[in-house]
Amino acid sequence: MEQFTKLTAKMVSIPTENVDTDQIIPARFLKVTDKNGLGDNLFFDWRYNADGSPKEDFILNTEQGHQAKILVAGDNFGCGSSREHAPWAIMGYGFQAVVSTSFADIFRNNSLKLGLLPVIVDKETHHQLMSLIEEEPETEIFIDLANQTLQLPDGRKVKFPIDNFSKNCILNGVDQLGYLQQHTSAVESYESVHPDRVNTVAA
Amino acid sequence: MSQNGHPKTLFEKIWNKHVVVAEEDSPSVLYIDLHLVHEVTSPQAFTGLREKSLTVRRPDKTIATMDHGIPTTPPEIPISDIMVLKQISQLEKNCNDFGIPLHGLHSPNRGIVHVIGPELGLTQPGMTIVCGDSHTSTHGAFGALAFGIGTSEIEHVLATQCLLQVKPKTYAVKVEGQLPKGVSSKDIILNLISRIGIGGGTGYVFEYMGEAIRGLSMEERMTICNMSIEGGARAGMIAPDDITFEYIAGRPHAPQGEAWDAAVAAWRTLPTDAGATFDKEIVIDASKLEPMITYGTNPGMGMLITQPVPDPMQIGDVSERQTLEKALKYMDLQPGQSLLGKKVDVVFLGSCTNSRLSDLRLAASLLKGHKVADNIQMMVVPGSQQVKQQAEAEGIDKIFKEAGADWREAGCSMCIAMNGDQLAPGQYAVSTSNRNFEGRQGKGGRTFLASPLTAVATAITGQITDVRTMLN
Ligand code: SF4
Repeated sequence: MEQFTKLTAKMVSIPTENVDTDQIIPARFLKVTDKNGLGDNLFFDWRYNADGSPKEDFILNTEQGHQAKILVAGDNFGCGSSREHAPWAIMGYGFQAVVSTSFADIFRNNSLKLGLLPVIVDKETHHQLMSLIEEEPETEIFIDLANQTLQLPDGRKVKFPIDNFSKNCILNGVDQLGYLQQHTSAVESYESVHPDRVNTVAA
Repeated sequence: MSQNGHPKTLFEKIWNKHVVVAEEDSPSVLYIDLHLVHEVTSPQAFTGLREKSLTVRRPDKTIATMDHGIPTTPPEIPISDIMVLKQISQLEKNCNDFGIPLHGLHSPNRGIVHVIGPELGLTQPGMTIVCGDSHTSTHGAFGALAFGIGTSEIEHVLATQCLLQVKPKTYAVKVEGQLPKGVSSKDIILNLISRIGIGGGTGYVFEYMGEAIRGLSMEERMTICNMSIEGGARAGMIAPDDITFEYIAGRPHAPQGEAWDAAVAAWRTLPTDAGATFDKEIVIDASKLEPMITYGTNPGMGMLITQPVPDPMQIGDVSERQTLEKALKYMDLQPGQSLLGKKVDVVFLGSCTNSRLSDLRLAASLLKGHKVADNIQMMVVPGSQQVKQQAEAEGIDKIFKEAGADWREAGCSMCIAMNGDQLAPGQYAVSTSNRNFEGRQGKGGRTFLASPLTAVATAITGQITDVRTMLN
């Protein structure tokens, strides 16, 4: 779990709506047994030519892309499969937060567990961020997780939602597994009064 | 009406029964009855356990198989992809080290994880079921709460048999009336997604109900629940009934004797109580449906097969318009064009959506006596080795082979194109799978999602065909 408290950083945008996890990290890159190196394959099919050379004008191949730590994405970002390789690849590239008007459920859950901050903003703010990236690509914005705010260069602060539990885990960089482990005795008493439904080990 | 308090939905009954801890300001700790594991999304979770010196809390509630990367070529041919081999041996080692039963490469029960769960009788009403795969929603067809999870969550369940979950909202999908001939459960779900869009169910659990749903077999119900995630909902459920119980009875892991009677009695209390309310609702008239087909690059871009491809210029919202333009460019389709008569290159019959015995039977019954058109390469991939074996016992494989289709070993195959079964750039496929995302079935490949009947009709004529014209 990555810790995230405050971030002042540049942004890039991939404005397409409904970006699915097959675009974020195509399935042929899922044949790995660890989490490393996926950043190089982030958006692979949009990012590289057939001969494997990078497409010069694709945002992630530019200096602007390499400097950015915030990805501003289109609506319903991360739909499709449950592959956690998607947020691993996004983090592997160097992003620490993704801003969109909405996220697919599983992608959002996965990101919250890793400390990749999903920031949900209204359409107007989203539009403003997109224009900023286009007109003044050097602009930095400020994200403050404790206060759940995203601050625009004009000083305007926009609140974003996040459940308190995930927020505290990310602020402190603590894995959610630890919380579950604290409840072992509750799980034991649950198991003692609820008979097992199936036994996979039985023949 | 439930004994304590207000009327409850099927979802609420299962949820309430599985909450271990509910603290204010935190997600609930939810108990998981069954955890399905496959080779692609699990290795890093086991690594996490080893790093923390943890064990698997309940290997007896966990089961593993191999499906995503497995070749569908004859088993004698050795696997050449070293990365796939590594994932396979890693899963074998993990299952061995942690005591998890595995239906491995040569098990007669191996198959797509969402096909074998029900087949083995492991999927039962009232259970909570998870898997590191978004189509875990399939199991909801039995009146279970089943959803896909990420690799961090896989580790959580392995270690604690629990998950942290925020309670989702409920969404009633009422499918009234009766399906016309040539229209199937695949068309119902494609129609729903085309209406609500691929984000329409985000944050919700669907419950499918109504006359058309009640009339479906278990395998048809699984097709619908399978694609709940394509509408953005992590789970989709159907209340269990006699059709459900009949399907489960006698399967290897089904309760037996007195335990069976007790189980059925408990399962009968699961359906949504009269008067229970949902957060959202939609009504679909099944009798007005036609075969469906997708034209774009997400499953929400679907239409009745007789409709024209939509025109981006008719869409007011700029980003929506651009999304459609981008999709039509990728698909190389024109606004206003009909897809009927469109030549395609590949027909894929398979995937956890439509690869069960009844899918293969139905497809074979239409294909019988016909040949696959010269321009078509048709691939038939059974969902599990059991499905394959049963189909062969019935002689269904012969119908496919004689027609010129390729009859394969079980696996995910061209649904996800990880194992070498894939489209070439620019090729068009009619596919019975669930995702038509760019490159999903092979880099540069173009997918039209449809039902098995539409797929076979297309295979016979070589072009996208309204199957109703072939039925008398
Ligand atoms: S058949 Fe396709 S959708 Fe189903 S589990 Fe396999 S890859 Fe996923």
